[in-house]
Amino acid sequence: MDVRPELLALILACAAVTAVPRVLPLVLLAKIALPRWLLAWLAYVPVAVLAALLAIEVLVVEGKPALSAANPSLLAIVPALATAAFTRSLIGTVMVGLGAYWLLL
Amino acid sequence: MRNDETLAHGDETFAHGDETFAKGAQAGLPVVLGYLGIGLAAGVVERAAGLSYAEILLLSMVLYAGSAQFVVTSMVSLASPLSAIVLTVFFVNLRHLLLAAALAPYFRRLPAWKNALLGLQLTDETFVVAVGRFASHPPTGAAWMAGLNLAAYSTWATANLAGALFSAQFAGSAANTKVLGFALPCMFAGLLVLQLAARPQVRVGLAVALFSAALAVAVQASHPGPWAVIGATLCGATLGLALERWTSAPNSSR
Repeated sequence: MDVRPELLALILACAAVTAVPRVLPLVLLAKIALPRWLLAWLAYVPVAVLAALLAIEVLVVEGKPALSAANPSLLAIVPALATAAFTRSLIGTVMVGLGAYWLLL
Repeated sequence: MRNDETLAHGDETFAHGDETFAKGAQAGLPVVLGYLGIGLAAGVVERAAGLSYAEILLLSMVLYAGSAQFVVTSMVSLASPLSAIVLTVFFVNLRHLLLAAALAPYFRRLPAWKNALLGLQLTDETFVVAVGRFASHPPTGAAWMAGLNLAAYSTWATANLAGALFSAQFAGSAANTKVLGFALPCMFAGLLVLQLAARPQVRVGLAVALFSAALAVAVQASHPGPWAVIGATLCGATLGLALERWTSAPNSSR
């Protein structure tokens, strides 16, 4: 039940950089008009970051790209992606992905 | 984004009766149900990555941001340096700027400290519920939004902890722990598909995802470290902006 000091520091720092964009526009209350290009750019950040994280988790094994059928993560993520596309259910996606991974492992 | 017209009439037209804290919490029911599922999965993943119960509770109560918590969990298990994790979380959560800016006009009359508290608990999901209501029922106070926020917030922390407890029950063997760890990429896959489906231009979104994924793998394989995620994010979002401009430009005089 302990909290590692370096993890506490990490959580506080992450919370700080998260709080600023959450709070600042509401406190300043001015009609904040961000430039349109910045809004459009920001809107692509979630897609880009999620794709990068997913690819590193699934396609990189022990520091090397693993783009073959011998990689169970790569095989198991296919039905997970399909479930997400057809059902839009996060919990369903996780269940199908875990099931597929468990069968392949 | 601009709701000045509705706002101007807001104070006179709507009574305080259905604008209570309890009504706000009630309106949060869809968010509560959603957070139960995602929060459970988050707790499972965080526990499988070796975080203690106290750390998981702290993470979900202080950071309180689904995708950022998955980022932290993933990068901690990759042993990324603190500065890189914080920078990535900053970019991931920068989108709240848009949400908060869109809500700001509705709360112009409230004192700054109330706005700050409402903003601290702002999430994608509570935002969606709030703007859905405010379009027809502009708020006159903070109570309704506070009820919505607190219902979502308390559910999130509880579900994270429940997921961690479940994970500890299930993860008796090393093989089970490995299987549970795969919940993290599955979450990323699900969130990515939801993000893509919400984009007006699905093709541009797909191009961004494929480019960002390929770049991340290439960088991670040659220079392992945090820059794979940060670099792929910055380049991917920039590609998205460029493609959006390019595909909509030909017949307009920009």
